[in-house]
Amino acid sequence: MSFDLETAKLSDKLRRVAIEPVSRVEGHGKVTILLDDDDKVHQVRLHIVEFRGFEKFIQGRPYWEVPVMVQRLCGICPVSHHLAASKALDIIVGATQLTPTAEKVRRLMHYGQILQSHALHFFHLSSPDLLFGFESEVGKRNIVGVAAAYPDIAKKGVLLRKFGQEVIRITAGKRVHGTGSIPGGVNKSLSREDRDFLLKDAYQMVSWSREAVHLIKQLHQQNPALYDIFGSFRSNMMSIVAPDGGLDFYHGALRARDADGKIMFDQVDYQGYAQLLSEGVKPWSYMKFPFITALGEENGWYKVGPLARVQNCNHIPTPLADAERNELVAYGKGAPLHATLAYHWARMIEMLFAAETIKDLLHDEDLMGDDLVVSGEHQREGVGVIEAPRGTLIHHYRVGDDDLVTMANLIVSTTHNNQAMNTAVREVAKRYLDGKKLTEGLLNHIEVAIRAFDPCLSCATHALGKMPLEVTLQDADGNLLDRLAKVSHGDD
Amino acid sequence: MNKKIKVATTSLAGCFGCHMSFLDIDERLLELLELIEFDRSPLTDIKICGPCDVGIIEGGVCNAENVHVLREFRKNCKILVAIGACAINGGLPAQRNQLDLRDILEEVYHTSVGLAQGSDIPNDPELPLPLNKVHPIHEVVKIDYFLPGCPPPADAIWKFLTDLIAGRTPKLGHGLLHYD
Ligand code: SF4
Repeated sequence: MSFDLETAKLSDKLRRVAIEPVSRVEGHGKVTILLDDDDKVHQVRLHIVEFRGFEKFIQGRPYWEVPVMVQRLCGICPVSHHLAASKALDIIVGATQLTPTAEKVRRLMHYGQILQSHALHFFHLSSPDLLFGFESEVGKRNIVGVAAAYPDIAKKGVLLRKFGQEVIRITAGKRVHGTGSIPGGVNKSLSREDRDFLLKDAYQMVSWSREAVHLIKQLHQQNPALYDIFGSFRSNMMSIVAPDGGLDFYHGALRARDADGKIMFDQVDYQGYAQLLSEGVKPWSYMKFPFITALGEENGWYKVGPLARVQNCNHIPTPLADAERNELVAYGKGAPLHATLAYHWARMIEMLFAAETIKDLLHDEDLMGDDLVVSGEHQREGVGVIEAPRGTLIHHYRVGDDDLVTMANLIVSTTHNNQAMNTAVREVAKRYLDGKKLTEGLLNHIEVAIRAFDPCLSCATHALGKMPLEVTLQDADGNLLDRLAKVSHGDD
Repeated sequence: MNKKIKVATTSLAGCFGCHMSFLDIDERLLELLELIEFDRSPLTDIKICGPCDVGIIEGGVCNAENVHVLREFRKNCKILVAIGACAINGGLPAQRNQLDLRDILEEVYHTSVGLAQGSDIPNDPELPLPLNKVHPIHEVVKIDYFLPGCPPPADAIWKFLTDLIAGRTPKLGHGLLHYD
């Protein structure tokens, strides 16, 4: 297995530069770069450095606790985990068809989540690079700087995020880590006051989201040389799509295209994801490397998330977002866009789709219905898949006769993008860093590429590593708290 | 104008939900930015904590790197705040404390379903050493304030910070003290 710039020969002769922590992303990651005496880049790696062990400690818990537990994987997209787990557990409680009220309340919750997460990511985290430049002054390159230089943009970003969070609060009970969704349905619907409260701002959100699409499109068009080329690499793309091929974040079946846009598989029931996908492990990251099994590890990796979704689907079911999608597709002149920064463009189109969908849903009387839960014949195993803000999210559980979980497997969005992000940073290193004296601004180029994927490194840290040394942890008074013993697999 | 209060924030073994709740003060964030200045934080590109007035820590301690960052914060921050269940008592990640580290490793990287051939436990020196247990941060350094909740509500964070900035002893009144 060889990927360009993944592993240097004679690494001990090279100089190491680390970006640690990767900032303005969620979660814990670092990048290491190995250079020779002429500043030539020999190796670049994005490492995920934390583990939390969720898959293991969910085992032995009653299945109904799972949707509330697993959202603690991630505070940015808790709703995605909450709902992916609920969808898997719907199958386990035999709820093959939810009530219209339950399905629509969950959809509303999820589109609120997409809206708030995309707003947070674009405005709070990424916009400083795009508005000020990648090598602009460090102290200003953040949301505080944006608030000072572009108060209107910052304010709309804050309010778009707020609206998404309010949709979540009303459907889930709490903005972060709510409890609204349960196996087989939801535990509450909307009151008329809730509905009116959200509806009064919904149109404003559609128009601000549209402005955001125009902003990023303008940035792209002002500097096509940068936006088309920066961190660009060819890859397969995967997402779920609706039965008619439309974009749908809540439910659908798996579709993948190759780098030329040709469909490789379509409408595959995700209950069978395990026959389709495998995961590789590399010694230098706790995050696994998924791939399409039939194509193998070297050729079977893919990207997920906004840029994959917007191009993988045939259309977007709301008019304003669909028109914007058509423009993005036309920009590619018949070929898929693979430019890393086009992720932002696609993301803002998705935010517009989310705002339009929320507005339409709020006109649906079913949201205020009182038929909330169904159940049927219990099953032992279920898979739930959803399109989280950052891409396809897979939850898979088995439950024993005693209703306790016996197996959990999670493939989170950021994990699907692991190889894609590593490839993007290597492309950036080759083009912008190779042979140069590294400066803070040049190193920020690497982070700009990572940020485009909006990785949630927090979600991605549910596994753990072996320990090469022994260290001890002492408290403030020097008492021994913990000891790390050497446990290396297979040889001790 | 008075000098702005310097605030640093970080997430150790947490989910960023406490940071999200901080941002849930919504437009008050823009108001707050008139009074404070961020040092190291996931919102800025400052990678190492400098001298600060207030340090806010989300998440417990699960690996050697967390210990290092926590000590860096204690050294530099006059007031150190544990925010949320994870920082205060380990929270959900501490569920792994009853399990054997090695069993988890084996399962996730060696025996679990769908792994490519030859998969094994990651062991690169770039990866920080995981601790056998997840620890609350007050076991490692002295903490000045504890803000409970998973996450604490945005209004509690707002009240706490505005009290502190105004020089009052922070007090969470009725309705702001949550443990869920
Ligand atoms: S306390 Fe709750 S919200 Fe805060 S980091 Fe821990 S799990 Fe996330």
